[in-house]
Amino acid sequence: MTYATVPDTQPPLRRGWYKRNEIAITPLLFLAPAILFFAIYVIIPIGQSFWISLHEWDGLGEAEWVGTANYERLLGIGEQEMDRKFETSFWNNVKWLILYLLAIPAGLFIALFLNQTVRGIRIYKSLFFFPFVISQVVVGLVFSWFYLPREGLLNALLGVFGLGPVNILGDPSLATYGIIGAGLWPQTAYCMILYLTGLNAVDPEQVEAARLDGAKGWKMLWYVILPQLKPATFIAFVVTIIGALRSFDLISVMTNGGPFGSTRVLSFYMFEESLSEFGFRMGYGAAIAVVLFFIMLGFIVYFLWSMYQDEKGAH
Amino acid sequence: MFPTPIEKRPRSAQVGYQAFLPLALILWLLPLIAVANFSIKPEADFVNGNYWGMPSSFELFSNYGRVFFESNMPRYLLNSLMITVPTVIGAVALSAMAGFALGVYRFRGNLLIFFMFIAGNFVPFQILMVPVRDLTINLNLYDTKTGLILFHIAFQTGFCTLFMRNFIRALPFPLIEAARVEGVAEWKIFWFVVLPLMKPALAALAVLIFTFIWNDYFWAVVLTQGPGAQPVTAGITEFNSQFRAAYHLMSAGSIVAALPPVAMFFLMQKHFIAGLTLGAVK
Repeated sequence: MTYATVPDTQPPLRRGWYKRNEIAITPLLFLAPAILFFAIYVIIPIGQSFWISLHEWDGLGEAEWVGTANYERLLGIGEQEMDRKFETSFWNNVKWLILYLLAIPAGLFIALFLNQTVRGIRIYKSLFFFPFVISQVVVGLVFSWFYLPREGLLNALLGVFGLGPVNILGDPSLATYGIIGAGLWPQTAYCMILYLTGLNAVDPEQVEAARLDGAKGWKMLWYVILPQLKPATFIAFVVTIIGALRSFDLISVMTNGGPFGSTRVLSFYMFEESLSEFGFRMGYGAAIAVVLFFIMLGFIVYFLWSMYQDEKGAH
Repeated sequence: MFPTPIEKRPRSAQVGYQAFLPLALILWLLPLIAVANFSIKPEADFVNGNYWGMPSSFELFSNYGRVFFESNMPRYLLNSLMITVPTVIGAVALSAMAGFALGVYRFRGNLLIFFMFIAGNFVPFQILMVPVRDLTINLNLYDTKTGLILFHIAFQTGFCTLFMRNFIRALPFPLIEAARVEGVAEWKIFWFVVLPLMKPALAALAVLIFTFIWNDYFWAVVLTQGPGAQPVTAGITEFNSQFRAAYHLMSAGSIVAALPPVAMFFLMQKHFIAGLTLGAVK
């Protein structure tokens, strides 16, 4: 008779175990696919890049252990000079970082200009924003034609004022600024939309109260509005810094690093070295990527720390 | 409201503002307008030096026709679509699940995993390039759409999980508690309670990821080559070397390549902006 009871009791038993642990197991099951993908394609490769950067490797054969030789060559430690291309790239990255931040005040300025309720303003807002939606490749092409010495509209406009012609992308001292200018176009649009959303949520009572106290113009903006726009400014800062350090598409499309290598940045130089036509130098490329990673890491830590403060505040 | 609404200003300011708006817009979009103008010009205009004036004849159909019928452009566009759509589905699905796990449950390491997703999302692509390319080659997926799709899903999951988790956090938790008291299984809570409430987040992410992936260039050149698998952002380089210095055709090609995300944006504007400005307001 006991045989008959076995199939009866077993299902509830197993179910009981799952039920009891359901709350603990479910999140693991739901997280597993995302973590698996993210680990394989993002987390582990970061470690692998560190490892590869200590080797000399053409991407096909055996990697040869060289220790820190790649870094020594890059930074010019010991008797050698610092890699000139690396130096140019690094300083160009600094230029990108500083000048790209102009997108934040520019975006705020346009947002303030457009934050009205006249007829058709929504269409204006969308049209001001939409350069951000265009791929950087196309933005790069559009601007390289805009800058063309003969056919470009820019020089035609400069000609009206009796200036130019300038060949921005052909001049080593100007080319990087020309590319940054192209990059600022979509980035400003992005910051603008962040600020427009932020301005929408500004507390009207505070504004009215400040008005009654006689605040207006710059003072109002600085002491009343900007503090309320802090979350928007934070996000604008994060995306602009990341955008500046990721700059690759525009450079690749507009100048391909030239003229005379004057527009290289670390991300571009890394790509060039790793998949160079003179043989792949994966180890050296990985070393450049690691340096770029550490520059970024400073910012990442700051971003995460700020977000962590927010999280703590929320609990 | 700040700045002061224009209606409360003198009449002259209102008229001035209304007049300046279109002018500012034209100035802002000038490079793009120039390219659109290029793309409807006949070749003769470039020979004669008529670069910026009105086109001497209206060649929209013949220029765009050549883009579609005499180049690999349609193929690249199709590749882009076939890379973008599966990525959107994959990234949204994975992150909806991960976001649910991180947003609803309390367990050790929750915040750590969450921050891992955020941090990975900020990393420069270049540090992933060599290993990911190597992995893709070893999986025999180099120069395939699948290779690109798998990577894109993985990388976008970082951003999407951040988004989903914060969205789920803002949902009314008592709803989930109530379902639990009723004895509803956890996966059913996800499917029948949480997922329907997440529709706005799903839509916002879908349009955002569509745009990001369509516009990707770096990974396209790292993981693919040639018209078999390359998306349009990378294919445009080949297109431009085919029509070297033929600005009217290159402009038309660029506009075609840029159009799908632009169309997506104008159709789904509300969701798009909601996604992009997440966190801009507390």
